[in-house]
Amino acid sequence: MENKSLHSVAALFDTPDQIINAAHKVADAGYKKFDVNTPYPVHGMDKAMGLGQSKIGWITLFFGFSGAIFIFLFMGWTMAMNYPYVIGGKPFFAYPAFIPITFEVTVLSGSIATILGMLAVFFNLPSLNDPIQDSDYIKQVSTDKFGVLIEASDEKFDKEKVVEFLKSLGATKIEYIYEPEKEEFKILQPKFLVFLALVAIFTSGGTYVTLNKLMYIVPFNWMDRQSKSNPQSETTFFHDGFAMRTPVKGTVAKNFMPYPYQGQAQPAEVLSNPTLPTKEILELGQRKFLTFCSPCHGNYADGNSRLMGQFPPGPTLHSDRIIGYSDGMIYNIITNGQNAMPSYAYQIPREQRWAIIDYIRVLQRAQNPKPSDFQAISQLKKESGKNVVN
Amino acid sequence: MSSTEIGYIKKELPDKIRKIGVSLLAAGAGLGIIGFLVEPQRAAFSYLTAFLFLVSIGIGSLFLVALEYAAGADWSTPFRRVSEFFSAVIPFLLVLVIPLLFSMHNLFSWTHKDIVDRSELLKGKTSYLNIPFFIIRSIGVLIIWWIFYYFIIKNSRQQDASKDQTLTRKNIKVSTGFIPVFGLSITVIAFDWLMSLEPNWFSTIFGVYFFAGTVWCALAALTLTVVLLNERGYLHTKITSDHYYTLGVLMFAFTAFWGYIAFSQYLLTWYADIPDETIWFMHRWIGGWKVVSILIVITHFVVPFFYLLSYKSKTNAKQLKFIAVWIMCAHFLDIYWMVMPSMKLNGFQYSFSWTDIVFPAAAVGFVILLFKSLSKRYNLLPIGDPKLQRGLDFHL
Repeated sequence: MENKSLHSVAALFDTPDQIINAAHKVADAGYKKFDVNTPYPVHGMDKAMGLGQSKIGWITLFFGFSGAIFIFLFMGWTMAMNYPYVIGGKPFFAYPAFIPITFEVTVLSGSIATILGMLAVFFNLPSLNDPIQDSDYIKQVSTDKFGVLIEASDEKFDKEKVVEFLKSLGATKIEYIYEPEKEEFKILQPKFLVFLALVAIFTSGGTYVTLNKLMYIVPFNWMDRQSKSNPQSETTFFHDGFAMRTPVKGTVAKNFMPYPYQGQAQPAEVLSNPTLPTKEILELGQRKFLTFCSPCHGNYADGNSRLMGQFPPGPTLHSDRIIGYSDGMIYNIITNGQNAMPSYAYQIPREQRWAIIDYIRVLQRAQNPKPSDFQAISQLKKESGKNVVN
Repeated sequence: MSSTEIGYIKKELPDKIRKIGVSLLAAGAGLGIIGFLVEPQRAAFSYLTAFLFLVSIGIGSLFLVALEYAAGADWSTPFRRVSEFFSAVIPFLLVLVIPLLFSMHNLFSWTHKDIVDRSELLKGKTSYLNIPFFIIRSIGVLIIWWIFYYFIIKNSRQQDASKDQTLTRKNIKVSTGFIPVFGLSITVIAFDWLMSLEPNWFSTIFGVYFFAGTVWCALAALTLTVVLLNERGYLHTKITSDHYYTLGVLMFAFTAFWGYIAFSQYLLTWYADIPDETIWFMHRWIGGWKVVSILIVITHFVVPFFYLLSYKSKTNAKQLKFIAVWIMCAHFLDIYWMVMPSMKLNGFQYSFSWTDIVFPAAAVGFVILLFKSLSKRYNLLPIGDPKLQRGLDFHL
């Protein structure tokens, strides 16, 4: 016993009134590091021990509010900024809908932080063996006795005086509690840690191979096998055996506009451009030109295209012949195709075809400017300083 | 003066209180009668707010008394008399309801035949919303409350002299019967007197909403009175800040409960977005009422919630008195906000009227006067109750 260092001196009492009185006296005598252990919560003990308000509430408050603010902003970000999606006709930032979740997260983060904070800060979580464990003292105070202990690390601690003092309070028994021996944790040796890692790899790998490769059973096949026909497949449902059906004769697609000039000698005479070359139309035409026309005709319609001679290149659109075409003629060519050029009727809607024609006219004008254009440009440059037209 | 082994000495409350009560009641009632003569329609609405405030205090207090018996609580036994005195409002409600029954035509648009004939919705509701059935329900509920009040209070008062413990057991039975009846009847009262002001609208949670407010208000009245009486030594020396703390905690709990219920009602309406349901909120979100609606959120929830969050505010007498007065005012504002915007359904534009102050003043004076006269006749502590000693010894 002599080689062990003393942790504390404890005294046992028989009744809750005695322990309240003893706690009072010990606190009054100026001891700071003392504790009381009782088999059940004794009301009024906090006051008798002179304990202040617990600080744990601040942890709850801080983490509760942090959780609330975080989740509210997070929902606002996901729902209104990162992936806005109309749900039930509500605004993107539909804050009434966020409140239940904010409430739940407030409670969740507040309570988890309280428990973790209590364990870590107030119970000194990593300490696994408190000296009063494995003592006779704890056995008695957790059944029918009430105990108070004064730690040896207290400034006013003096073994004989403390024993005398506790006896004078009416203690039925005095106990000495010693520091436990320092333990070495074999669990932290490198060999064991490597062993643990290997076990983890083998069990997870073995489980994966067994379940997913060797013994693979489809858990449910509702999505693998659906009662439907795939494209291009056969079926016994229809007499002709085709799973894919053609529309009923005479079906007209929605928004379909017939083009009645196919094969006519001079369709351009009856076709005129319905659009005005406004900024929006020209920008639309530019987008569509760069998508559909530029691969062959080139970005500036000069026939210098990305095909690099691997395919018969589209002709330049700046030739006198094409400049001389009416809008209707170009429309007719886009719609029906010409020579190597296929029909674009199914890829480019009518309005966009006209917009492309407007844009082609702009490109042609840019290649063959008139003197008045230079005057207009220099006029604009003077007015606004920098390059306005490009 | 009488002393008991409990250590309670009965002292007479100062006569000043009676004077305050009488002057408030006399001035309020006198001006109120003038109000009814000058502007009967406007006065009816003001009277309804004051009446519902009295309902809150009366039935909320009786609920607290019944709750204590049913739950077997002993910490609140020293304060039970205070709640009992407040619940003495209940028998008077049977008289106070009469002016309202006479001004139903001014209050409720569904009593107008031409309005009902124009609306298919209201025609469908006539089997519930008709004048005879409405009067039967109102009087019936008030009589049921009065019967429960009579038995619970009679037993409690008898015990002071007889010290008979079986009276406590009897009251536990009566209280256990009362609580479910209370839950249903407060819903009927809330539906009839508040919800049917806008007969097109309905909200099934509305009864719970009113319940949360009434108990909250009754708790605040209890807290204020207990702190005031105890500070001046009328209760018991053993009543400490630990007792205050439990009252504060309960007020805090009901603040959160009201917030929860009020928001539940709003959220479901907001989500469904059906005109029949949103109309009530729209009437309270247009014009100046928008400010009041936001004020309700702040005064009825945000301020009391954060105020009562700390330990100190729940044990400090001064802070408790402040928040108790605040809570009662907030609850009155809540009633006012529920009643007044409905005025336009009767083709009557809202504007603030002096009667809005007169009737609540009379109600407060009435409660003070009632409390004073009852405290003269009965003990302020239930000295015969077997749980009283434990209640006085209460520690956190």
